Amino acid sequence: MNFVRQRLASRLSIGLALLPAILVVVVVYVGCTAWTMWISLTASRMLPNSTFVGLRQYASLMGNERWQVSVVNLAVFGALFLAASLALGFLLAVMIDQRVRAEDLLRSIFLYPFSMSFIVTGLVWQWLLNPSLGIEKMVRDLGLDWFRFDWIVRQDMVIYTLVFAAVWHAAGLVMAILLAGLRGIDPEIWKAARIDGLPPWRVYLSIVIPMLGASFATASVLLATSVVRLYDLAVAMTNGGPGLASEVPAKFVMDHLFERGNLGLATAAATSMLITVAAVVAPWLYWQARQRDRRLAA
Amino acid sequence: MIASPALQPNGTPPSRMTPGRIGIYAFLVVTALFFLTPLYVMIVTSLKTMGEIRLGAILALPRAPTFEPWIVAWSSACTGLRCNGISVGFLNSVKILVPSVVVSIAVGALTGYALSFWKVRGAGLLFGTLMVVAFVPYQIFIYPLVRVLAFIGLNNSIPGIVMIHTIFGLPTMTLLFRNYFAALPPELFKAARVDGAGFFRIFWSVMLPMATPMLVVAVILQVTGIWNDFILGLVFAGRDNLPMTVQLNNIVNSTQGERAYNVDMAATILTALVPLVVYFASGRWFVRGIAAGAVKG
Amino acid sequence: MNKRCDVSIRGAEIAYGTIKILEKFDLEVAQSEFIVLLGPSGCGKSTLLNAIAGLVDLRDGQIWIGGNNVTWEEPKDRGIAMVFQSYALYPRMTVRGNMSFGLKVAGMPPAEIAKRVDNAAAMLKITELLERRPAELSGGQRQRVAIGRALVRDAGVYLFDEPLSNLDAQLRAELRVEIKRLHQRLAATMIYVTHDQIEALTLADRIAVMKDRVIQQLGTPSDIYRRPANRFVASFVGSPAMNFLPGMFAVQDGEPCFAAAGISIPLDGYAFDARPQQGAAIELGIRPEHVEAGGDLPAAVEMVEPMGSDQLAWLRLGSQPLSMRLPADTPIASGQSLQLRLPADKLNLFDAASGRRL
Repeated sequence: MNFVRQRLASRLSIGLALLPAILVVVVVYVGCTAWTMWISLTASRMLPNSTFVGLRQYASLMGNERWQVSVVNLAVFGALFLAASLALGFLLAVMIDQRVRAEDLLRSIFLYPFSMSFIVTGLVWQWLLNPSLGIEKMVRDLGLDWFRFDWIVRQDMVIYTLVFAAVWHAAGLVMAILLAGLRGIDPEIWKAARIDGLPPWRVYLSIVIPMLGASFATASVLLATSVVRLYDLAVAMTNGGPGLASEVPAKFVMDHLFERGNLGLATAAATSMLITVAAVVAPWLYWQARQRDRRLAA
Repeated sequence: MIASPALQPNGTPPSRMTPGRIGIYAFLVVTALFFLTPLYVMIVTSLKTMGEIRLGAILALPRAPTFEPWIVAWSSACTGLRCNGISVGFLNSVKILVPSVVVSIAVGALTGYALSFWKVRGAGLLFGTLMVVAFVPYQIFIYPLVRVLAFIGLNNSIPGIVMIHTIFGLPTMTLLFRNYFAALPPELFKAARVDGAGFFRIFWSVMLPMATPMLVVAVILQVTGIWNDFILGLVFAGRDNLPMTVQLNNIVNSTQGERAYNVDMAATILTALVPLVVYFASGRWFVRGIAAGAVKG
Repeated sequence: MNKRCDVSIRGAEIAYGTIKILEKFDLEVAQSEFIVLLGPSGCGKSTLLNAIAGLVDLRDGQIWIGGNNVTWEEPKDRGIAMVFQSYALYPRMTVRGNMSFGLKVAGMPPAEIAKRVDNAAAMLKITELLERRPAELSGGQRQRVAIGRALVRDAGVYLFDEPLSNLDAQLRAELRVEIKRLHQRLAATMIYVTHDQIEALTLADRIAVMKDRVIQQLGTPSDIYRRPANRFVASFVGSPAMNFLPGMFAVQDGEPCFAAAGISIPLDGYAFDARPQQGAAIELGIRPEHVEAGGDLPAAVEMVEPMGSDQLAWLRLGSQPLSMRLPADTPIASGQSLQLRLPADKLNLFDAASGRRL
């Protein structure tokens, strides 16, 4: 009797404990996503409107110049940011792994930007890259008056300034992830490589990098998801300017949800972002699940 | 390799400061300077007068350091229509931070615990879904959530933003605690069951005390994440409760006329202060936090 | 093929900061010799092996290999090859890739590499595994590949760092035999580190028993087993372990003997290294297989452990426990009484304080 009651009490408690999670998943995650997707299929503008219009919003989205520029900007930003962060993070991890002195200090220095908000990051870099008072002025004052570094006010170069700031923010994270991966490599492999007479660069290229596959994947996925979310940095640093040159999809959605009052367009844009993320993350999650199953079966 | 009798190899080889090693140190030092420059410039600019700033030597030390910009930033800078400085934002951020951290960690720990030891049907599915959704951009949820919060009367309020932070922090927190609990010896749990303890009893008396390292990591992650948040605070906190990041952006980017760069930088440092202190105080724990779960900056 | 170098360690000193691992260490290894460094964890044997390989620097002293002073040389220039406890195979390469990588980097022509790899694979019976990855191999197979990687280097000295410790007992026995066969076939110089005394006894030409960073005894397996130089060596080598009886050295009627509570064991016929003083506290050691029945020492059987091919009887001699090895079919039961004889020529006497052989 007591046993049955205890079992029941257990079941109720578990249900109670998991209630928030279940609510969140069902109401927020599934429900809100479905709602947003629904709106994107209607004729809503400032206020929701339940007239079903099929994919008309998506069509006007594709034809929207601002959206097109946002997507291109994000693609350029994403590619450069990913490549530069991975490369720099890897180099830093490798160098720190060489048993350098002051390792803790160096690691702290490379990682502290990650603890700072994107707003702070954007504002600092906005200041540094200020053409008349920032780095450009300083270098010119040193006598090199041919020096130009006014990228932040040039439409064709501003996106690269965002890359700078973002890499400064994220390289430390990549370094931390890859360093953990490096440290997980059996030290006897290093001994074997030394006895085989392999020069260090060869060891990294042929042996270490292949072994770090999982770490690189993790870092890449984390970076990629923050690429799609790019909003705070763009708002703080350039607010999408000059003109549309640093507009990004997340900002497009936010602007159209609130200031510009076009729900249909905004939700279509948001859904497009979701599909892109799913396309990137789903294969990775699937691969991870396969790895786990293979490991369990072994 | 034959050496002359006077130079027979013996004991420790001569110092191996090869060009390679020098190159490594050079690269690290240069890169470290690149990373430190923004912080340095922030501090230095915030201590200069506007006259000095207009002269333009951004990397130079202040000739007559002054804390005036800091005082202005704290108490009289203008965010939109009000000019009470960023101290308002600081208080708001604290009011948002404390309950959000507590609630999100509590819910995450409980959920992670429930999913790790107890055989629940669909546990894998629930957990998997949480993980998948962690990658979805916030923009998908914003409009519906605004409507839902308005419906239950919590929009533009502190409880509302706390709920939002809990919702969006759930995947990471659950991941953290579930992985941690799953790595503890299952014998502990069995022994507690044999002792007759029930679900919540085991959580409170056995598991939570053992989870201190993970609690530290969770606190670090949540404090950093929630303090640095911009978009959620902007949308859900309400005009009276805007966090420091939002106010900072208003101060800097919506000033008419000449910008007071020194005040801007002072305000920026003030905003960055809390997470920076947490970062430097936590040392290895921060790195542990990164290693322990998906981190959202 | 077959360079077969001798190895000479002269006055080696290894330290990490202020912690001394080895001090004034000397060891000579002859060409083609199989020498085993045997000892418990922390005795310095692995550190010494790493120093010979060039993975650890000496603070003082020299290392000579094949007549060359290699103290400052990189591992690849010392003419050595090494097999590790955790195999250390490159996970993303095939077996063939693992075995040929070092040679490829050294610029050897592919035909020569292929020949060496195929030879080594044939010798170790891993030819059909050449295209597999390490993750697909069992522990024993991985260790063969690791040995193969060492063999293709055609080194002057082969170093083994506890290569069998990660394997289960049966695999360990199999690979032990393989390694011994390899040594007979190649006649290569091999330096082998282990804490397992069975491996040492079966494989070695000579054993260096180490404890607390010092060589306790250097000799053939037979020497070490029959005449251990001190109590530690006596207790470490041999399984089941040697029996030890504490007592006193006495001279009775002009005859040397060992006296303990109520027992007197005559010692003539024992070859003394050093003659103790009358009344000195000493310890008597005798191996279970040397304890004989048919003497005049009364003992009671407490327990019998059957061990398949023979039995181990646990007796009490006076107040001391004593183990005795008997053939499997000898009838013996607990509660029985036996009269024991401990032949003097099979005894080992140790000074009670220093443990040195007397």
